[in-house]
Amino acid sequence: MKSWLLVISTAAALTAAETVVIRNARVLPITKPEFRGSILIRDGKIAEAGEKIAEPPGARIIDAAGQYVMPGIIDAHSHIATESTNEMTLSVTSMVDIRDVINPEHVSIYRALAGGVTTANILHGSANSVGGQCAIIKMRWGKGLQGILFEGAKPGLKFALGENPKRAGASPELRGTAATPRYPATRMGVEDVIRQAFTEARQYKKEWEEYRARIARGADAPPPRRDLRLEPLVEVLEGKRMAHVHAYRADEMLMMLRLAEEFGFRVRTMEHGLEGYKIAREIAAHGAGITTFSDWWAYKLEAYDAIPFNAAAMLRQGVLVSLNSDDVVTQLCAHLNLEAAKTVKYGGLTENEALALITINPAKQLEIDHRVGSIEAGKDADLVIYDKHPLSSYARVQKVLIDGQVYFDRDRDATERAEREARKKQLLEKQREQPKKQAPARRPS
Amino acid sequence: MIRLVLCCAAALPLAAASADTFVLRGATVHPVTSPPIENAILYVKDGRIAGLGAKLAAPKGVRLVEAKGLHVYPGIIDSATQIGLSEIGAVRESVDTNEIGNFNPQLKALSAVNPASEHIAVTRANGITAALTMPGGGIIGGQAALIHLEGWTWEEMAVRPSAALVLRYPVLESGTARASTRTPALPLAERRRNLEKQLAELRQFFEQARRYQKAKQAQAAGFRTDLKMEAMLPVLEGKLPVLVFAAREKAIREAIQFAEREKIRMILADPRQAVPVAGELKAKNIPVILGPTMAAPLEEDDPYDRVATTPAELHKAGVKFAFGTFATSSSRNLPYQAANAVAYGLPYEEALKALTINPAEIWGVAAEYGSIEIGKWADLMVTDGDPLEVRTQVRQLYIKGKPVDLDNRHKRLYERYTARPSSNAR
Repeated sequence: MKSWLLVISTAAALTAAETVVIRNARVLPITKPEFRGSILIRDGKIAEAGEKIAEPPGARIIDAAGQYVMPGIIDAHSHIATESTNEMTLSVTSMVDIRDVINPEHVSIYRALAGGVTTANILHGSANSVGGQCAIIKMRWGKGLQGILFEGAKPGLKFALGENPKRAGASPELRGTAATPRYPATRMGVEDVIRQAFTEARQYKKEWEEYRARIARGADAPPPRRDLRLEPLVEVLEGKRMAHVHAYRADEMLMMLRLAEEFGFRVRTMEHGLEGYKIAREIAAHGAGITTFSDWWAYKLEAYDAIPFNAAAMLRQGVLVSLNSDDVVTQLCAHLNLEAAKTVKYGGLTENEALALITINPAKQLEIDHRVGSIEAGKDADLVIYDKHPLSSYARVQKVLIDGQVYFDRDRDATERAEREARKKQLLEKQREQPKKQAPARRPS
Repeated sequence: MIRLVLCCAAALPLAAASADTFVLRGATVHPVTSPPIENAILYVKDGRIAGLGAKLAAPKGVRLVEAKGLHVYPGIIDSATQIGLSEIGAVRESVDTNEIGNFNPQLKALSAVNPASEHIAVTRANGITAALTMPGGGIIGGQAALIHLEGWTWEEMAVRPSAALVLRYPVLESGTARASTRTPALPLAERRRNLEKQLAELRQFFEQARRYQKAKQAQAAGFRTDLKMEAMLPVLEGKLPVLVFAAREKAIREAIQFAEREKIRMILADPRQAVPVAGELKAKNIPVILGPTMAAPLEEDDPYDRVATTPAELHKAGVKFAFGTFATSSSRNLPYQAANAVAYGLPYEEALKALTINPAEIWGVAAEYGSIEIGKWADLMVTDGDPLEVRTQVRQLYIKGKPVDLDNRHKRLYERYTARPSSNAR
């Protein structure tokens, strides 16, 4: 409710698509070498980026002298702005859709923006072997649910391996809210649950194919009964939906790669993949991406072999790697640039390779790289302006643009604080007055 | 004991070759308490700083360490961790942080520190040479210890065996259900009653300790030793400070009043709304241990950068503070916590102090640690640049003048799997 104040003040400053020029900037396009120059934005897209470009008359000018511009950060694994994360009751809940619980007015979206994040993949939690359907959003603060969904993005499905999905099968003190233990309780069981789900999905797919074939032949046949749980799994089998698999240990990742190969689909990304460095060549050969943390470790047993060199080691062995926040409320995602900097420190990635981990690489992993992830003509004008090089500990986000519109402006945020405080005070006073006006009506008992 | 070591060293002709005597030459030395010295000679003798200057003549016969182009800083001190007490967060058997019961002043973190913990080598590899390790749990959790991140036993690691008593100032329990323990939220009235009960218990515990102190002084008949009460005596005598956890403004104000009333030396831990109370903290000389600057603000309608700007605001108000990670596995990232405060207004020199000399002062060891000054122990980190920048590497580390191995579990795993033979491929 409180964040509503932010919504109105920011939304008021947004205007319809216009022509914008960011000039005098040090531009980090990611897919090309760094240069000093300008970016021309037209109709929300990058029209041109180069050392010298003609500024069309009437264009809005953003002078970025001494500042750095890079593509908006893409957080490939996040839970921000969700009202709930795990449908705990079953271990296969492919029918649930995260869009049903996204709150587009959650302040986390604004704070993610303030950290330079323009796009995020919002997933379910990892309590279930199959968690549910994910959604890619853009941080279009103030635009409502339809406004924040990344239009045309391929849908995803969350899977989970290891400690989390087996926890519900554990003893009472460990299994949390579940009253009775739930299968699976081991990694063996998790594999079985997922294989069972895909076996059913394959059968279901076959029923529909046979039905369609009969109809095509002109025969009369009753359609199979629709199964909303199996449909998303069929889409995974058909390559129409991306499989995002939460996994920590090398053994469980290898299991999932082989299981996917058995069923003829590709794991799009392993989520976290903290032991990915142990089987980087197998992951690369399968063609899965890994979205990981820079240096988290030891918070649970399956994170004890996590190393900060993981991202660099996997990248060097040909794995498509990104860094994510796993945020529930905006915290780490507002500093993903510094998480990227850690891969320069641990493993010696180049600065550009490091920044790719939070821009073009996650864009490729989410199959939205034709739209976002680099500064190239034709792509969405999703940009972050920093006052210092984004890998510096002292860098601060100054402005964030999505589709060419300024959604975050540090100076404006600062100047509007007094106004917001005053509005808040007014509202609180109103709230205090209310009980007096609405004296409880006496009802006959 | 120190004197004994010194005279033994003097008596032995081999002393010159000992590991803790050397000259570091050519680096830029940042003493923290005075301006940096370029191309310096830093002389460490028997583990202590014996000479520092640009024009100092290197003593003869002493091992030379070339450090041209590198930077030397005092070792970083993390003022809030559970290093050595907690290995793997979710594995109960590996965690020794929270004891049962609300009042346990007699518990000592130090003797539960596992010197073989993998966290020690991982943390120090990024320049952290000392850390406060704290017990938690209940209202009075026990005694925190300031430890070196090096040593074969916890005795060798101890810098200050009992550095502070840890006290969580009671606050109203959260009104949301706890799914993890299947505990439903209690009604407000009940939570209020619980809080009042806890506050009353806390007052009574201190009263009881004062009565015990009097009885002991009076050598009263029938006096019996009570370990909890014994542990409170240094607190009542003002010898042992109390690290008081209080997050919100209301709790901080109440905690300050409590400290006044009980005449205890308070150090405020992990405040999230310290700025409105800055004047009082300054007036009453209460130092603060600041938590992560990249954390989310407490309130939904707080400015997005409230946590990041807090150190700068406290500095402006003249409050003394040090940084702490309030973590174990991420203790190595403490320098970046300070850096983010610099990005949001804290002067760079103050950020460095809040990692070195300020914590040394707060934990009562500034005569021996926290800066590069003649006579102090040589806890040093040698870097290839600004240690607050993520990309900077720590090249050498010294604790009490002895070079410390920068190898750790992470480097070993990295090397092992990077060397995986290709013949194993499918």
